[in-house]
Amino acid sequence: HLEKSAVLQEARIFNETPINPRRCLHILTKILYLLNQGEHFGTTEATEAFFAMTRLFQSNDQTLRRMCYLTIKEMATISEDVIIVTSSLTKDMTGKEDVYRGPAIRALCRITDGTMLQAIERYMKQAIVDKVSGVSSSALVSSLHMMKISHDVVKRWVNEAQEAASSDNIMVQVLPLSHTGCFSVCLCFELCILHLFFLLSNDALCIFITSHESPLFDFIESCLRNKHEMVIYEAASAIIHLPNCTARELAPAVSVLQLFCSSPKPALRYAAVRTLNKVAMKHPSAVTACNLDLENLITDSNRSIATLAITTLLKTGSESSVDRLMKQISSFVSEISDEFKVVVVQAISALCQKYPRKHSVMMTFLSNMLRDDGGFEYKRAIVDCIISIVEENPEGKEAGLAHLCEFIEDCEHTVLATKILHLLGKEGPRTPVPSKYIRFIFNRVVLENEAVRAGYWKFLGYRDMPLLCPLDRCMMDTDDEVRDRATFYLNVLQQRQMALNATYIFNGLTVSVPGMEKALHQYTLEPSEKPFDMKSIPLAMAPVFEQKAEIMFVATKPEKFAPSRQDIFQEQLAAIPEFMDLGPLFKSSEPVQLTEAETEYFVRCVKHVFTNHIVFQFDCTNTLNDQLLEKVTVQMEPSESHEVLCCLPAPSLAYNQPGICYTLVRLPDDDSTAGTNPQEGGERSKNASQLELLTVGANLWFFSKMKYGLMLVCAVCRPVTSACPQRERQPLTLTFASVPLPSGLSTTRAFPLAPRAADVPG
Amino acid sequence: MAFEKNVFNKTSRTDSEIAFLGGMTIVCKSSTDLFLYVVGSSHENELMLVSVLTCLFESLNHVLRKNVEKRWLLENMDGAFLVLDEIVDGGVILESDPQQVIQKVNFRADDSSLTEQSVAQVLQSAKEQIKWSLLK
Repeated sequence: HLEKSAVLQEARIFNETPINPRRCLHILTKILYLLNQGEHFGTTEATEAFFAMTRLFQSNDQTLRRMCYLTIKEMATISEDVIIVTSSLTKDMTGKEDVYRGPAIRALCRITDGTMLQAIERYMKQAIVDKVSGVSSSALVSSLHMMKISHDVVKRWVNEAQEAASSDNIMVQVLPLSHTGCFSVCLCFELCILHLFFLLSNDALCIFITSHESPLFDFIESCLRNKHEMVIYEAASAIIHLPNCTARELAPAVSVLQLFCSSPKPALRYAAVRTLNKVAMKHPSAVTACNLDLENLITDSNRSIATLAITTLLKTGSESSVDRLMKQISSFVSEISDEFKVVVVQAISALCQKYPRKHSVMMTFLSNMLRDDGGFEYKRAIVDCIISIVEENPEGKEAGLAHLCEFIEDCEHTVLATKILHLLGKEGPRTPVPSKYIRFIFNRVVLENEAVRAGYWKFLGYRDMPLLCPLDRCMMDTDDEVRDRATFYLNVLQQRQMALNATYIFNGLTVSVPGMEKALHQYTLEPSEKPFDMKSIPLAMAPVFEQKAEIMFVATKPEKFAPSRQDIFQEQLAAIPEFMDLGPLFKSSEPVQLTEAETEYFVRCVKHVFTNHIVFQFDCTNTLNDQLLEKVTVQMEPSESHEVLCCLPAPSLAYNQPGICYTLVRLPDDDSTAGTNPQEGGERSKNASQLELLTVGANLWFFSKMKYGLMLVCAVCRPVTSACPQRERQPLTLTFASVPLPSGLSTTRAFPLAPRAADVPG
Repeated sequence: MAFEKNVFNKTSRTDSEIAFLGGMTIVCKSSTDLFLYVVGSSHENELMLVSVLTCLFESLNHVLRKNVEKRWLLENMDGAFLVLDEIVDGGVILESDPQQVIQKVNFRADDSSLTEQSVAQVLQSAKEQIKWSLLK
């Protein structure tokens, strides 16, 4: 086995001349292996090794050089002064050996930080449009990584990327689209686009897909018939994830997934069943057609698939199928591991709530599960499920309590026993024959450990005197707490006053515990004649009822849906005379931040889409406390087809007080501006939508036709001019980061018309 | 390393090709005494992960001259590293066609070690040869 110090010692031979490629290669491999195993390298030793490795650039052995690149990448973060290899890498990147160029680029980008990026910018741009596909794709992938470091610089390479995308290279990359910059590497155009949808914000997507007749939706649907399974699956997945999808739109996607369920490939079955599970959460009726296929999957050799199938069936099962389902599950449950079992129990719980009449079947099933072996989490899940039935379903109460009693007779988990005893205390008195449960409780008190015994007190809703016998016994208990509680409760009960019982036994603490702790602490600090007053403690908040959340096997992102926000906007806009005739507000986007953090103004943009117009609302805040800005507008430069109708300025922006200015743009009535020639569409707007980048592919030109356009554009940055000094009137320009705009609208600048230096609030 | 151990424990016994662990989708392929895994987030297209796995396996198959075993992998670890580098870069899939990968890596496994055969194997192949020549 490898010893780090020994290996590093060996690395000294890198310094020898002539270089022995085989041996050096061997040692480098060992170093890389150690790094990958998680071995920690101190900075000094890493730097030493790194420097030694740089000598290996003298050798022309291909494999050795490539391994050097790998080492550079791995050590980029742990060694110091890694940038010394920049020149060597740049040389390799632009050299004649094609086999070095791609990997050299990737290594270079790992060691480059924001400051250096501009130095290598022209190399990168050249590499992106290089004819050799390996070089081009390496450069593009590296650009992707560099986006995280220096967004602005990389954005400038967009034109080159556009060119690269039009090459025949099958590894096409989809480039920064939204202002957050999403990338994807895909095998073919269709997959590209579909994955794109997945990455898009909800916002843009809604605007795309106005109805199931839109050409975009047709495109996705056509992908369902593609010859590559991956594309089909991605298309189905995209449809499923479309917000506000109707059952009719889902149908073709679901049927495709249904076919996949019987595929011989496990990955396909898994993907299908997982996606069906997601569909079942929102549209269970859409999935019922697949029930038979799902039932077949219960016996799948892959446990993940089987569990997913079960949980999906539990969501889509009808009341009549519950019996059959339970039978199938009981045979299956014994074979799966605990964590899967918990998932299944939670799904059953949801089913219990849906079909309360089936409680007896499910209760039998749950009690059987309770008797079987299983870990704490599993048992707890079952107990919780039974408790929820007991609490909510009066018919199931007795059976549930009976099962739980049986369980605590032989339960090793104190927490669960205590919980159940509490429940018995609460629910027992409400049953027709409460005394049934006394026996169980008494046994517990006598046999169990202290925690359980102390928890017994909740049970004291009974007015039966025989109860007081165990209480007496508990007064002699070995445990302090048990004795204290016994004495207390005994005294209260012996008073035989309902009011007292109510205050001290039934009702829990109505005050907040931390508040009480604080108040008591105060009290002990200050000596006082007055007794402690409970009323001085703040009341506890109302208990938060646990939401019976949907049990999800795979976490999904919550949908953003705020109808009330749109209503607010609608009202606000309708109040403005210029906007009154625009018709109904179709959709308002989420606010998009247009400025960087340190600029003089903070601007956010919300787009309101109407039938034939778009209103851009710019929420501006002045962050300079020595400036007052008046008549602030945002000027937009649209392309020919979009027309700016009017701009409503924000009258004045004092320091830190936000104001709003609007710009109204009319959308083209005639959608044929895109033309049928894809090339034309691509050239028309260099700065326009990046998705048009892909219009060179077949059948994608219709994107430009879309009425609401694509809200995904990188706007070109303008350099910011220096801030206006006091007492001077000068127009100021703002720089924006990329602005999502409908296609056709290119750049955006802001011109506060006349900053008035005289009035300086604050 | 803890994560890897966990994954190995969960998947090696049941011979499952795809699993969901720790919030991530994992696809697995086993060969003789090696297990290959590709791990992706749960948002990834599972079929894409499988294609990466297949590409990895095929490329290694070629590099190791059809002997995808632990012993040969360790001997030719450098080739394995290069193959991996060509397929995925920092989480982004670079290539999924094994032919392309092989071409780019251009790696020849150490000839001498792979053709090392035990005496028994040599005898066996000699026997085969004789058998065939007799049959002709």
